[in-house]
Amino acid sequence: MDFEQWKNFKKGDWQSEINVRDFIQHNYTPYEGDDNFLAGPTEKTKKLWDEVLDLYKKEHDAKGGVLDIDTKTISTITAHDAGYIDKDLEDIVGLQTDAPLKRAIMPFGGIRIVEKACAAYDRKVDDEVENIFHKYRKTHNDGVFSVYTPDIRLARSSHLITGLPDGYGRGRIIGDYRRVALYGVDVLITEKQSELDVLNTDELTEEVIRSREEISEQINALNELKEMAAKYGFDISKPASNAREAVQWLYFGYLGAIKSQDGAAMSLGRTSTFLDIYFERDLQNGTLTEEEAQEIMDHFVMKLRLVRFLRTPEYNELFSGDPVWVTESIGGMGIDGRTLVTKNSFRLLHTLQNLGPAPEPNMTVLWSTRLPEGFKRFTTNLSIKTSSIQYENDDLMRITLGDDYGIACCVSPMKIGKQMQFFGARANLAKTLLYAINGGRDEVSGKQVTPKYAPITSEYLDYDEVMEKFNQMMDYVAKIYIKALNAIHYMHDKYCYEAIEMALHDREIIRTMACGIAGLSVVADSLSAIKYAKVKVIRDETGLAVDYKVEGDFPKFGNDDDRVDKIAVDITKNFMNKLRKHQTYRHSKHTLSILTITSNVVYGKATGNTPDGRRAGEPFGPGANPLHGRDTNGALAVMNSIAKLPFDSAEDGISYTFSITPGTLGKTDNEKIDNLVNMLDGYFTQTGHHINVNVFDRSLLEDAMEHPENYPQLTIRVSGYAVHFTKLTREQQLDVIHRTIHERI
Amino acid sequence: MNNEEKDLRYYAKVHSVESLGTVDGPGIRFVLFLQGCHLECKYCHNRDTWDINSGSYQSLDEIFDKIMRYKNYIYPRGGVTISGGEPLLQHKFIFELFTKLKKENIHTCIDTSGMVALTDDIKKLINITDLFLLDIKHIDDEKCKDLVGKSNKLELNFARYLSDNNIPIWIRQVLVPGYTDDEQDLLKLKDFINSLKTVERVEILPYHSVGEFKWKELGLTYPLEGVRQADNNDVKRAKEILGIN
Repeated sequence: MDFEQWKNFKKGDWQSEINVRDFIQHNYTPYEGDDNFLAGPTEKTKKLWDEVLDLYKKEHDAKGGVLDIDTKTISTITAHDAGYIDKDLEDIVGLQTDAPLKRAIMPFGGIRIVEKACAAYDRKVDDEVENIFHKYRKTHNDGVFSVYTPDIRLARSSHLITGLPDGYGRGRIIGDYRRVALYGVDVLITEKQSELDVLNTDELTEEVIRSREEISEQINALNELKEMAAKYGFDISKPASNAREAVQWLYFGYLGAIKSQDGAAMSLGRTSTFLDIYFERDLQNGTLTEEEAQEIMDHFVMKLRLVRFLRTPEYNELFSGDPVWVTESIGGMGIDGRTLVTKNSFRLLHTLQNLGPAPEPNMTVLWSTRLPEGFKRFTTNLSIKTSSIQYENDDLMRITLGDDYGIACCVSPMKIGKQMQFFGARANLAKTLLYAINGGRDEVSGKQVTPKYAPITSEYLDYDEVMEKFNQMMDYVAKIYIKALNAIHYMHDKYCYEAIEMALHDREIIRTMACGIAGLSVVADSLSAIKYAKVKVIRDETGLAVDYKVEGDFPKFGNDDDRVDKIAVDITKNFMNKLRKHQTYRHSKHTLSILTITSNVVYGKATGNTPDGRRAGEPFGPGANPLHGRDTNGALAVMNSIAKLPFDSAEDGISYTFSITPGTLGKTDNEKIDNLVNMLDGYFTQTGHHINVNVFDRSLLEDAMEHPENYPQLTIRVSGYAVHFTKLTREQQLDVIHRTIHERI
Repeated sequence: MNNEEKDLRYYAKVHSVESLGTVDGPGIRFVLFLQGCHLECKYCHNRDTWDINSGSYQSLDEIFDKIMRYKNYIYPRGGVTISGGEPLLQHKFIFELFTKLKKENIHTCIDTSGMVALTDDIKKLINITDLFLLDIKHIDDEKCKDLVGKSNKLELNFARYLSDNNIPIWIRQVLVPGYTDDEQDLLKLKDFINSLKTVERVEILPYHSVGEFKWKELGLTYPLEGVRQADNNDVKRAKEILGIN
């Protein structure tokens, strides 16, 4: 292949096959300098952003924070007409519907969810749409519930397994949107057609038939993508010819995905260094200035900040603050030792200054101790100013994932265009432990949820006995969990297939079955209490253990104390191995995350008193965090505890949310930056996987709770994403405020 | 266990640790708070560290191993700071610990009042300490006795000795309204600091009453009951008098 649009690019394998990484490696310019080259917002940017801020305000004032819903149009790649914020001002165009912040309906995941969501905002789904989806068209949600077994239903309704994507889109699939810019859509279609040839096998097995059908869907989606771009006046059948087109083409690819899917996390991938190649070419040609380059990135990011999905209030409880996880992975090192940081990595992060802080896109810095000093200082300084960045360990992930992976959602790494995951939410391990003690009866309702196991009847808990029963109960949970996930993903592929995202993948891909656990620190502390102190059981008249009295002190997770940290490590490995025993849909590889998002509050609410002294209903620690207030040796001790959790057994990510007051981080601005850089270098050298960095004073959050109108852009990081603080529920806000904020008195 | 049973070179009475210290010396500091103090500072915000008989013994190896768990964070820019209580009451232990830390090239620092006699052992310790955070309790001897129960002679000598032996010092002054903020006293302090040649930093620590609850928890009357906290203006004024920014 050769295109005039590829002029001045260095040649390579990428011209004879779809290979974006090869293109990047041959053509990118690593940047080792500081942020002095960056430009502020242009007048056009300021004007456009003011209009967006105005829209935000209207949205905020509307009922439930939902400005408008198109209740009539079943959203697809091409369903809506072109929409604009202010056409003349926009460098980058394209909206999910025909107007900004107007939400679309996507009933293929489930019509009831859409109806419920509309009702919550005083709207009603159009009669014809209802008719179609109730009478003629089966949804993912219908499919799942037609095959769910009674044991799955019980585990689900008792909150043993929670947050399952059986009523909403699974998300967490990253299309390689860069392919649209580099190759243009026609090349991608030709490639997919040749894949159909490969699948013209002697025997049409079930597997081959499914693959052929999916690829046909993908080709249709690619054609629709062209049609959608044409509505905005662009022909994307050929490669992008300059930086602005590259951003536009890439965004169209992403827009196709968010018009046709409302998955829990719709992540962008790893695009900024790819795009830098186009910016560099234009800058060299003299056809673009730095101000214009920044303007394009500012406008691109504005679009990413306008992404919205229609959610139910229940969904918002799990994932509060209207997140969409437009996760963009930035930086990292190449396997040849060059940094993947480019000037455009800076430009993308710089939007946090030009447009002010915001939760989206979910800025994720892939940290290596070998990152250029200028970039390290730039990002940490932005963290201190905006609390909007998360960091993930590139030195750790590069070992297995190479140097062209990206993060989906919060902490899930995957090779771009070569890997996808079946999102599996999480199992409540704290509840599993309580079930082990109670023989499978729920500690809140008293109901028998699992088959009858022998409960523990002794007055004091014996560590060995508890472990034996906990192991049995984890066996049971692992089994039900995989059963549920197999059913969910079978149906999602069947009724709600992500055609455009998968069209931007290779034919042969790695699939992971991404399980998760919640309540790890509660379980570790509980088992530690049983082992190192004495735990007396308090039972009700039916013999149900409903409370525990801890006598004596015990080591607690988060203090770098191996006695309890080892328990947490063992549970992680152990549960992972139990999952591995079960066969997964499409032979996907089992993985595990230690991540709760904001659902640590909801899970905690549904879980009774635990043997570590935690009271019923109290939130769990988010992700892998220790339980609130249990860490007494400072933040680095927490980091060391969490860094012990084995990435090998939790390849879908281990989330840690870290909050510190500015004064505790250091005295001068420079010292704060130095200290944060050292902290990140240290934590990641200890093999920590992920960290959210928040720098704020408790009093600021308290004030924001009382006067939200003064803090429209106040952004904080919670487990794996960032959120407008004022969009959290009051309960969530209190959880954040009470969560350990490291502070020196 | 009582003191007689332990070899105090290899065991320390520990109050607590802070793995992420950022204001007690350069870079990220592992801060070890030792138990026990022979002063009676009225403004003390860690009243619970005074009693040498409380707290638990930890061995040299145990503490050293614990510190080494943080080497990835504290080396090379940061280091270890020993605070208290008055850490120099356990100088034999600190000497052994610092000897081991210096073998790892880790920066060593002591946060002290300097109110100890300059014995040979103390001098040996000073030799392997990279930095002292020296809290000048009060430049006026009489006021010093009233505020902390001891004459300031030892600490001023201590400071002089550090200066004469080229040991870096960060001077600290807790600013207590009505106690340590007199203009003449601050000018006198300024003269003293200027007479030292190894002072790298002078820090004003504004008095706050957050430690009050610890006195009450121990059933004690808080000596500075009713004294107002120092605010930004107090600090600004003191800095102007001292000629620092």
